Amino acid sequence: MKAWLGIGITLAAIVAAAAAPWLAPVDPLASDFAQSLRPPGAPGHPLGTDQLGRDLLARVLYGARLALFIGACTVVVTAVVGGLLGLIAGFVERWPSAALMRLADVQLSFPFILLAMTINTIVGLGLRNIILSLSAAGWVVYARVVRGEVLSVKERDFVQAAAALGVGRARLLFRHVLPNVAPSIIVVASLQFSQFIVAEAAISFLGFGVQPPTPAWGSMLAEGRDFLYVAWWLAAFPGAALALTALGVNLLGDWLRDTLDPKLRV
Amino acid sequence: MRAYLLSRLAQAALVVFLSLSAVFAMVRLGGDPVLLFMPMDIQAKDVNEFRQRLGFNDPLPVQYARFVGGALRGDFGESLRYRRDALGLVLERLPATLLLAASSVLLTLVVAVPLGVMTAVKRNTVVDYAGTLGTVIGQAVPGFWLGLMLIYVFSVRLRWLPTGGMGSLAQLIMPSVVLAAFFSARIARLTRSTMLEALGEDYVLTARAKGLSEPRVVAKHTLRNSAIPIVTLAGLEIGQLLGGAVITETIFAWPGLGRLTVQALLNRDFPVVLAAVFVISATYTVINLLVDILYGWLDPRVRLRA
Repeated sequence: MKAWLGIGITLAAIVAAAAAPWLAPVDPLASDFAQSLRPPGAPGHPLGTDQLGRDLLARVLYGARLALFIGACTVVVTAVVGGLLGLIAGFVERWPSAALMRLADVQLSFPFILLAMTINTIVGLGLRNIILSLSAAGWVVYARVVRGEVLSVKERDFVQAAAALGVGRARLLFRHVLPNVAPSIIVVASLQFSQFIVAEAAISFLGFGVQPPTPAWGSMLAEGRDFLYVAWWLAAFPGAALALTALGVNLLGDWLRDTLDPKLRV
Repeated sequence: MRAYLLSRLAQAALVVFLSLSAVFAMVRLGGDPVLLFMPMDIQAKDVNEFRQRLGFNDPLPVQYARFVGGALRGDFGESLRYRRDALGLVLERLPATLLLAASSVLLTLVVAVPLGVMTAVKRNTVVDYAGTLGTVIGQAVPGFWLGLMLIYVFSVRLRWLPTGGMGSLAQLIMPSVVLAAFFSARIARLTRSTMLEALGEDYVLTARAKGLSEPRVVAKHTLRNSAIPIVTLAGLEIGQLLGGAVITETIFAWPGLGRLTVQALLNRDFPVVLAAVFVISATYTVINLLVDILYGWLDPRVRLRA
């Protein structure tokens, strides 16, 4: 049940993002002052319009594109970087391990969102920098989980046997250890995905992320906040889309964890 | 015990020092802090004078040494914007954030732990399904959206609660609920799963066989043994709670540390940012230390060792 709900919602979000131009055949940036602040159900605007008369449905759908794109890029970057660092730290125990764990402690002593925002302030705004800052703040979880897994996998008999047969270190790491920690990486990635989407929205909401007029859920919520007294729909719909997407991805992640790696708690 | 505490304190100091150094490096590598702070149309002569006065013309190692020296004495320099001691400014805002954090932790414990226990004890009943659904939704709903919707319902429509600010109990309600929502969902889920694990243990069977009443079995024998993972997660989540406070405080105009940090970042007021980093990571580290000490009290089997 939960699994199907998760898969259904996640697929719906992906379809909505991919088919945005067909589902809402209006330019999300086209303003029309004669049609500003129309409530949901207005002719031609199922979800109403914003203060500039832009179609809210189109903006929410294009927002899905941006959210899923940023989430996916960040998950890939963090999984590769964090996974590799975790592999190395778990395999070469001595100083790389200690150094990595100290670094992880330092990062975890600081709220994720604040770190990403600080990085954004310094490197500047823009799509690439948002992915960069979210990744810089998010790789730690992978590194920790993968390192822990590697520490136990490398003691297992088949790894010891391969090492005894003279298999090289790189081959040992990537052919024998990596496939055994891959399920954990997939599970962490699915659980992190929704966190990244929500974090991006939060950062954009506070003004450190995607800037208007680009339709991002977070910046749309920030605009909706200014019109809360006259137009509830401006804040309600982008946030509902965000919450629903996060819910779907979370359910999917829970299901993946239960199937692939019941021991893991993140 | 004393050796353990000393070594933990030394580790904590190291973590705080490293995080300060990292932020210092990021700020300095990110460009000229004076140019970032100043308005675009300022004259070059003024920029240079400002830079000279604040010591930004010195070589980087000298600046770093001065920064570390100052930080050791609790001196992070003057806020570029407010012309006041940066650490003083930050510490002034700390009690507001701690009040908000404490009230939402209290709310979480009052709501989430009983919810988790209920759903575990009444496993696979309507109570369990409803509770589990609630926690799954609670985890997915972003706090800032929940906050805006609460403001819409309770302030704009019903006019029951003020939209923001600090001073009365009514103003504390919505920010605490928003901050507690996500936190509660995670704690409730964890409570449920650790309770389920503990309910299957032999000592629970023994307790029941002895004829103890069910509430006593649940409260004394099961919950106490489930407490360690719950306390661990709570401690780990405090850091994210401080992060959540950043957004919650901004939405509800709560005059705390998070809102000050956001404003300092927006204004490029880096001395305040550094002082805030110091206070946040120190708070987090201290809370985690307290959590570790709490273990020994919850579970005498845990011996604290250096």
